[in-house]
Amino acid sequence: MSRADVLVSADWAEENLDAPGVVFVEVDEDTSAYDGGHIAGAVKLDWKTDLQDQVRRDFVTKAQFEALLSEKGIGNDDTVVLYGGNNNWFAAYAYWYFKLYGHDKVQLLDGGRKKWELDGRELSKDTVSRPATTYTAKDQDTSIRAFRDEVLDAIGNKNLVDVRSPDEFSGKLLAPAHLPQEQSQRGGHIPGALNVPWSKAANEDGTFKSDKDLTDLYVGEAGLDDSKDTIAYCRIGERSSHTWFALHELLGQQNVKNYDGSWTEYGSLVGVPIEKDV
Amino acid sequence: MCGAPPQAPDLPAHVDITKETVIYGVVSHDGAPVPAAYVRLLDETGEFTAEVVTSATGDYRFFAAPGKWTLSVLHRDGAARKDVHALEPGLVEAALVLS
Repeated sequence: MSRADVLVSADWAEENLDAPGVVFVEVDEDTSAYDGGHIAGAVKLDWKTDLQDQVRRDFVTKAQFEALLSEKGIGNDDTVVLYGGNNNWFAAYAYWYFKLYGHDKVQLLDGGRKKWELDGRELSKDTVSRPATTYTAKDQDTSIRAFRDEVLDAIGNKNLVDVRSPDEFSGKLLAPAHLPQEQSQRGGHIPGALNVPWSKAANEDGTFKSDKDLTDLYVGEAGLDDSKDTIAYCRIGERSSHTWFALHELLGQQNVKNYDGSWTEYGSLVGVPIEKDV
Repeated sequence: MCGAPPQAPDLPAHVDITKETVIYGVVSHDGAPVPAAYVRLLDETGEFTAEVVTSATGDYRFFAAPGKWTLSVLHRDGAARKDVHALEPGLVEAALVLS
């Protein structure tokens, strides 16, 4: 897999807005962003209400995912181009989620909403509706999703990459600083985890750094052992999807999992080891 | 507006400002507020901590912690950078003027 298979540029996107078989999908943390203006023709996915079970903490089931994509007018053969705010955090999360349910052709718009807006490209407020499809998902591919017991077993054995900011890693902050800090979980990180903030993988305009820069970052600077399996985590699994994308999709590393339980789960578990630096 | 008290930020109801360190303000350019500007909060070492997009009224807001921080703003009309020092929890206002 090469970079061109998984990442599209804003120029390419602008030229392919109406291309048959290409569906643009916006996914944001701030779910009102889409309504204020979106890429023409793009449909919206709400990461909280569309992609999460509304009672238990887990993803929607395969059947619910099928119903969602069918209703949004996304077909199995469509190329889904995902983009969003927060430097594509939630778009990368959706990318990983689409892969989890076995969608073949998914791409990320490099730079997401941020680059699109900084470039002064056009946004539309038109209502988008696409004819419904009959979407069929596959069973979850858990080779890319890590659960808590696996994370505990990974301490001292696998690469654990904590992609939160240094102040969250140390325990000084409990959440990314655009959110209130009063949280129920403990502060700190999983013992032995490397801290490689997701932001180091991105340029200031939100685009991904070059493959060479990414290799230098993870393998050179951070000391990721590429002979070992890797689990990435953050607070709720969205920023670590961004890093999963960099490691697994751009650099082609095998056996990289995203731990979507992340710090809100780990930091709430009874009796697990935590390292704290402050 | 001379002498008017600074406008308090719009905070969610459950936020306790005796515990939260809120760094907030307005991004402006030529005297007008700038919506859709990208404001970054950098930690003491200059490392990225968080990013928000300004509201329709040019407002931004972070929940940080006591300490030294840098704000860096990017917009197609310009950029700005400012250091702030939060001594204790509470409100810290920082206006950012694009140039």
